[in-house]
Amino acid sequence: MIMSSIADRNLQSLPVRVDFEVIASLVKPSTRVLDIGCGDGTLLELLITKRGIDGRGVELSQQGVDQCLAKGLSVIQGDVDKDLVYYPDDGFDYVILSQTLQTTHNPRKILGELLRIGRRAVVSMPNFGYWRVRASLLFGGRMPVTKELSYSWYDTPNIHFCTIADFLDMACEIGATVEEAVVLNRKGQRVAFRLPWNTLNLFGQQAVFLLRR
Amino acid sequence: MHPDSAVAFFGDNQPLQLDSGIVLSSFQIAYQTYGTLNADKSNAILICHPLTCDQHVANPHPVTGKPGWWENLVGPGSIVDTQRYFVICSNVIGGCLGSTGPASVNPQTRKAYALDFPVITIGDMVCAQAMLVDRLGIDTLFSIIGGSMGGMQVLQWASFCKERVFSAVILASSARHSAQNIAFGEIGRQAVMADPDWQDGWYIEAGTNPRKGLAVARMTAHITYLSGATLHRKFGRNLQERSQITFGFDADFQIESYLRHQGVTFVERFDANSYLYLTRAMDYFDLAAEHGGRLANAFSKTGTRFFVASFSSDWLFPTRESRIIVHALNAAGASVSFAEFETDKGHDAFLLNEPVMFSAVNGFLQSAARARGLEK
Repeated sequence: MIMSSIADRNLQSLPVRVDFEVIASLVKPSTRVLDIGCGDGTLLELLITKRGIDGRGVELSQQGVDQCLAKGLSVIQGDVDKDLVYYPDDGFDYVILSQTLQTTHNPRKILGELLRIGRRAVVSMPNFGYWRVRASLLFGGRMPVTKELSYSWYDTPNIHFCTIADFLDMACEIGATVEEAVVLNRKGQRVAFRLPWNTLNLFGQQAVFLLRR
Repeated sequence: MHPDSAVAFFGDNQPLQLDSGIVLSSFQIAYQTYGTLNADKSNAILICHPLTCDQHVANPHPVTGKPGWWENLVGPGSIVDTQRYFVICSNVIGGCLGSTGPASVNPQTRKAYALDFPVITIGDMVCAQAMLVDRLGIDTLFSIIGGSMGGMQVLQWASFCKERVFSAVILASSARHSAQNIAFGEIGRQAVMADPDWQDGWYIEAGTNPRKGLAVARMTAHITYLSGATLHRKFGRNLQERSQITFGFDADFQIESYLRHQGVTFVERFDANSYLYLTRAMDYFDLAAEHGGRLANAFSKTGTRFFVASFSSDWLFPTRESRIIVHALNAAGASVSFAEFETDKGHDAFLLNEPVMFSAVNGFLQSAARARGLEK
């Protein structure tokens, strides 16, 4: 499973990974950052260049690891579902999980781990409550295969889809505080934050959350 | 002894305090260097050799005439570019190619040490190397690179001489020898010691050489360096220069002939007692044990940049051993990269032409060189 390509394919309608720009805006400069599912290291490079962070990555695919190493990034080949337990408490200021939570076996446990390893967690995720997804299921009567979610149900790596509302419930359950939330529409533009959550949950194609313990 | 290599002598004024408690009051280290040390002495790379290799990492071997054992990695224009870096490779203490070992002359008896040679450890090897690096006037090594037993030395360096190691590459290695590896080591040693020509260790004085025992040790070890898949791919059940089995104990199968050849050629270049001492040093290696049982403590406050790699079909130093190192480095907050390379070539893969590994090592070294301010 190649996390970067999953994320890219999930978001293939967008010109660049717009969530990266949002994530970069949420990370304070000169901090220690762990990027889980770092793919080819694009986000880490962005954070190092723009925010001067001390960054580390975790990536499962050989290709992604090779690309990170070629860029001179610190990257560990590993599996998000298995390897997070080996990271010490408070090892990082931020732990980032971009477009990967829905591919993990136990998202609730993973979110807990993120907030154990890092003082803050940044999570970006596709929103299954997006109206096009809802419409696809409602009118098509089949599991949604949209531009944004391009896998068939039987071969998808996205095994734990959730909506923005679902995610917020889970964050609340584990006692995490949502410091910031950025909801993006299909064009990668920010949806006005002042709208009520159920509206954001309908019009947001993806969301980026900044959480703390 | 080997005029091809430079030799650093250390006399009574610079004894080597061994982990066993014994003091080696005079000894020598044979080494090769390649390239030129730059003005601020920041471009030195130390290569640590595995069990049965030696200091001839990038030049033809003086005994066998074969190319250097890591010439695909080290050389002019290669990844460890000898036009850019000053590369040092020394024969470990206890070895048999110019450094003091059991076949060397004991100054007190004027005969070969044989079993009077003290048991040495990976830590002792590194102490001796550090003395050589001092002698060469180098404070901080830009990088230390090693696989297998060489990787153990790199870990030891990175733990005990933290401030002297800018970056470290550890391939197909482990922070401790596993029970399985100790078991294989013991088979090798028992094979040597069971050979009557071993003469209770005093074969040099007796004018014999336990060739058969050492050859069997090598044959066993050689199997552990490969994978079942490689053996099958290379040899299968093919017969050796015959069309049918002979109903005897001649080398009917190609694999038998191959292993016999490996054994016979090995004894021409390796000392049997040296083999006992070096395998013992690997058995005794347990870096965590030296740090209260917690490997992360071995790397606390390290500033070294690490690259750890394993090979998927390596059953001698399997990936889980490398992961233990990586988890400890993570827990210590170290800068570490790790990759497991897919290959069917087993443990030996780290010595072979593995393009994916090379590109990873290259990426790591290039970025470390930038961080060190080494311009190309």
